[in-house]
Amino acid sequence: MTRPARLAVDLIACDGRGLCAELLPGFIRLDDWGFPVISCRDVPAELHAEAAAVVLLCPRLALRLERAQGRDAGRE
Amino acid sequence: MTTLQSACLPAPAGSVPGPDALPRLLPAAAADRAGPASLREHLARHGTRPSCAGDWRRRQQLIDEVGRANLTGRGGAAFPAAVKLRALAETARPPLVVANGVEGEPASAKDKVLLGSAPHLVLDGAVCAAELTGASDVVIVAHRAVWETVREAADQRRRARCDPVPVRVRAAAAGFTAGEASAVVHWAERGIPAPTGRPPRLGGPGRRPALVQNVETLAHLALIMRHDASWFRSAGTPAEPGTRLVTLLGAVRHPGVYEVEPGMPVGDMLKLAGSDGTALGALLIGGYFGTWADAADALSLPFSAAGLAPVGASPGVGVVAAVPATACGLAETARLTRYLADSSAGQCGPCVFGLDAIARELERAAAGASCELTRVRRWLGDVTGRGACRHPDGTALMVASALRVFRAEIERHARGWCGATETVGVLPVRDQVFP
Repeated sequence: MTRPARLAVDLIACDGRGLCAELLPGFIRLDDWGFPVISCRDVPAELHAEAAAVVLLCPRLALRLERAQGRDAGRE
Repeated sequence: MTTLQSACLPAPAGSVPGPDALPRLLPAAAADRAGPASLREHLARHGTRPSCAGDWRRRQQLIDEVGRANLTGRGGAAFPAAVKLRALAETARPPLVVANGVEGEPASAKDKVLLGSAPHLVLDGAVCAAELTGASDVVIVAHRAVWETVREAADQRRRARCDPVPVRVRAAAAGFTAGEASAVVHWAERGIPAPTGRPPRLGGPGRRPALVQNVETLAHLALIMRHDASWFRSAGTPAEPGTRLVTLLGAVRHPGVYEVEPGMPVGDMLKLAGSDGTALGALLIGGYFGTWADAADALSLPFSAAGLAPVGASPGVGVVAAVPATACGLAETARLTRYLADSSAGQCGPCVFGLDAIARELERAAAGASCELTRVRRWLGDVTGRGACRHPDGTALMVASALRVFRAEIERHARGWCGATETVGVLPVRDQVFP
């Protein structure tokens, strides 16, 4: 069984280079200032490998693929 | 030194205020507002701080009592204090307790007034929280206007050996975002006043978990531990018990900090500050991340989350700013948005560029230039949830309420007119010691 995976961006690390939106157009778009907006955060199992590759390509290491573990990684 | 040690002994019976005594946190007499209550005066008024230490069961019982009191955070988010205390009491490593008295919002003064008049009540609450969570130490981060007062109070207690945990006092960094919970921990542990995007309870930059509570919340906690939940609940409404500190400003005769019971009509609250008779146009309720409301709609509403729901507002940090009908609400909003955009910690792109773009467009509208509000509305959605902290979210909510409430004014501006007959900056946009 594959656990669902979710895309997340560390917006402090992100510099708006835009690679992620170019490589995962169905999941990430860019806002008016060139920063990624996750339009679909759940990645289906068949695309996990692709998404993981894109995560490694982020020049700022700001993109993450989180194996969902129930609790959302977030803030209080 | 001996006199101070004796100051830690129980106060004579009968001096503890009963349930009906208001104010609870602020000095009872206006004459006492001149300076901070000394340790002796504090103990004479409130009695000694009861120990909250003990085994796991006793601490759980005391946290349950905080839960029954339904004490909520007074830093704006109204998060239940008992939930936070319980989470931090269960961490593997002893947490750090951080009393948040940064109050970087220029319109709010309640934390400064509280720390300046009753520092020992806040220190009591912070030490109670440390005992309840098994924390190893406490740091009070206080606005620079009052931090020396707090440090002197902490020194008095150290000499009198009042507290079982070490208490540090640190002057807060300047700026609006320095008061965000993770930023306060970042500042206290690393000297960097910027949000980290990681909840302090999960371990701040110093890697140990931190309990961050607003100083007013801690002052209430100190009193709940002295009395009990039903005492706390004897003020306020059943859903929002206790008292709360509010800052009233704008078109009032005596702007300042008042202690009120939730549920009091907003109009009555403003009368406390002496409505100066000017017809009011709009109110900004809850602070700079709050909600604009038409004065005609809001004045009769009770000041509580439930009561303010009809205008989409909530008490927030307890600020009510009254803008006279003669002032331009759009101009006020533009100034405020510019201030918030400039206050960004500068870490997240959507906040840095998005808030600036929104502010610029509102400034154009306020100046009578044509502006595309549909674009502003889309940007409000685009910045929401797109920062490490809630700075963009809070700003977007405030701007969205302004677009609703000042619709007629915005339409007038688009035609080159403005309904204002005077130019006033009601909302302060510079860090200040207010009132």
